[in-house]
Amino acid sequence: MRKTASFATTAVSLAALFAGASMMPTAAGAADADTIKYGKEVAFDRKKGNCLSCHMIADGESPGDLGPPLIAMKARFPDREKLRAQIWDPMIANPGTRMPPFGKYQALSGKEIDAIVDYLYTL
Amino acid sequence: MKMTQLALTAICAISATVVMADKKATDTSPAEDLKVYRDYFNKRFPGIPLNEFGNGVYAIDKVSRDSWEAIEEFPPYEPMIEAGEAMWNKPFANGKSFASCFGNSPAQRKNYPHWDAKRKMVVTMELAINDCLEANGEKPLGYNKGKIADLAAYMAYQSRGQKIDVQIPNDPDALAAYNDGKAFYFARRGQLNFSCASCHMESAGMHVRTDTLSPALGHASGWPVYRSKWGELGTLHRRFGGCNEQVRAKKFKPQGKEYRNLEYFLAHMSNGIEYNGPSSRK
Ligand code: HEC
Ligand code: HEC
Repeated sequence: MRKTASFATTAVSLAALFAGASMMPTAAGAADADTIKYGKEVAFDRKKGNCLSCHMIADGESPGDLGPPLIAMKARFPDREKLRAQIWDPMIANPGTRMPPFGKYQALSGKEIDAIVDYLYTL
Repeated sequence: MKMTQLALTAICAISATVVMADKKATDTSPAEDLKVYRDYFNKRFPGIPLNEFGNGVYAIDKVSRDSWEAIEEFPPYEPMIEAGEAMWNKPFANGKSFASCFGNSPAQRKNYPHWDAKRKMVVTMELAINDCLEANGEKPLGYNKGKIADLAAYMAYQSRGQKIDVQIPNDPDALAAYNDGKAFYFARRGQLNFSCASCHMESAGMHVRTDTLSPALGHASGWPVYRSKWGELGTLHRRFGGCNEQVRAKKFKPQGKEYRNLEYFLAHMSNGIEYNGPSSRK
């Protein structure tokens, strides 16, 4: 438990450093508008992410409230990998979670999750 | 094999808010479970009388309660109760009728589900209806909707006010069936990885989109249900199937062992609440 926590702190401060120097590396380079648009579509699609069933997200209609509102994502998740992991398998961060493991159980592909992350970073 | 293991690990791993789920299904007795379950919902929804939980989501959702009460004044299930009454009164080809299987009274709700020691299985009211048909040389009915729901609606209506009183006798097989239902309840399943408890205990009162999640307490009381989404009556096991499919899991056979044991557990947890079926829901 402790180990992960301190690892996380390191990651956060590293990321903050990069962000401060405004040269934070992303896996696929800076996200373009098309990818962000695609990420939003996948996130909102009821047959795909359907994130709105549980999260308030920007202009999304009739959101549920099982999970917290997805706002200020860059500030709260400076570490891209951590945000990605939350969508890939939220049981890693919280074994008792009520969020589905979209990547692990193949509800979404890695590419779709990457695009969602790009979109979330615009929130 | 793998799925079972996964499910069992999940039972142990689920959030600490659900004390029952932290243990193996066999670790606690039905009486202990009942107490934990009651305390959980009493804490989560303080001030709501036990019997109110028989009204599902309308026990906790003030906003939709008014329109629901208006609907219940001219209930959409009324014609089905009448159809069920006609079934009850109509003789089989052999001259007997349902009355011959049910001690001449349609007010049978309080007797189901129960543990049948001879057959070593949980017997539900719907199962008993089909047993009756078959014993009299008639064709059994489909379990999800239609005629069986009509007859169940009539029988439930005649039983209104009876209290749920499901006993788990001191018989290892009965206890095993109960524990089976309980394990099912807390096991995560489907691509979305939810257990029944994820939604109806841990998230009761919260919203999936605009749907308020009803508390599991009282879930066995009001059946069959007329859902406006279905546009017709459906049985409890139809709803189980729907909830399994919502998490992209395969549904089980209505009145198969899994759902009968699940009903046994769920009804026991609701002991003391009045049977108030049929009911209407969104
Ligand atoms: C069925 C419910 C549900 C769905 C669907 C869902 N989530 Fe979640 N999410 C939760 C819950 C509950 C949490 C709170 C943390 C936990 O329990 O793990 C959460 C937490 C999060 C967090 C962490 C937020 C924070 O402030 O800590 C992120 C990011 C997130 N979800 C993104 C998503 C995305 C993106 C999708 C769609 C692809 C999604 N979620 C779909 C229930 C859901
Ligand atoms: C992803 C969330 C979710 C899961 C998991 C889930 N349900 Fe549901 N369930 C719902 C929703 C939404 C409704 C409709 C609103 C309500 O009454 O709660 C519902 C309704 C019900 C009802 C009808 C309540 C009434 O008063 O009409 C029953 C009974 C029920 N669920 C049982 C179960 C059981 C048993 C399981 C596990 C096999 C389960 N549910 C799993 C979301 C879920």
